[in-house]
Amino acid sequence: MTAESVHITSYRTYLWVLIALLFLTFVTITVTWIDLSALTVLVALVIASVKAYIVLTWFMHLKYESSLFRVLVIVVLAIYALVIGLTYFDYLLR
Amino acid sequence: MEEHRDDIGARLGMWIFIFTEILLFGGLFLVYAVMRAGYSADFHQAAHHLNAFIGAVNTLVLLVSSATVAMSITAVQKGDSKKGVILLLVTLVCAGIFLVNKYFEWGHKIHIGLYPGSDLMLTLNHGSVMFFSLYFFMTGLHMLHLVIGAIVLTIAMVKVKSGAITPNKYVLLENGGLYWHLVDLIWIFLFPLLYLIT
Repeated sequence: MTAESVHITSYRTYLWVLIALLFLTFVTITVTWIDLSALTVLVALVIASVKAYIVLTWFMHLKYESSLFRVLVIVVLAIYALVIGLTYFDYLLR
Repeated sequence: MEEHRDDIGARLGMWIFIFTEILLFGGLFLVYAVMRAGYSADFHQAAHHLNAFIGAVNTLVLLVSSATVAMSITAVQKGDSKKGVILLLVTLVCAGIFLVNKYFEWGHKIHIGLYPGSDLMLTLNHGSVMFFSLYFFMTGLHMLHLVIGAIVLTIAMVKVKSGAITPNKYVLLENGGLYWHLVDLIWIFLFPLLYLIT
């Protein structure tokens, strides 16, 4: 690692990230006790997506990687979203 | 003489591999979404058989293990290989706890005759069969990834201990960590979608 500058994330940062993730897990469990009917899946997916964003950004170091990595992740997620969209399009038109 | 290395290239390769894994599990999540939309009531009923408590404990265990892997990289970067080894050991213990929980969880289901292809499964309605098939396949595939990740991190731990992974050369640990976080990422979605839909 000669030319690139290395970012060292502090233990404290990781501890806060862990606390945030544990809190969101607590939230996702407790909201299931409330009956949100149709919104249940949406709420679960939104919380899971926030957790995934936190893991990708801090644990997987995307925050400190070159922007190429972030662009690639967004492209892959866009492709996946497209696949979901096309599948549902197919189902709706049957 | 300076060794030729490309750590960014190595990480990029790992990320491209992770993308294929995301699309692999993504396909399964898509099957789940379509089936759940079609058999909503059956899915809710079948999910009652899953132990949300064990699922929650395994979520906590995986989140802690992800944090300790990330911290072990910090330790290695700072040259504190002793701390790095301890943190990786904590991660591996967490992986062990996860597998023991899974053993009891699956063991109970297999004991009562609930497994793909069993006589009991044949008597269930179509939606329940879909739910349990997806449950066993997705958590099983996830477990396989967890075991592979644990093996990679064991190798990394041995190399940190022997001095083969140094503050200047730790891309194997980084890539092992990335794989471990992927295992965590998949579980983040599996847990609410399988265990918390009752």
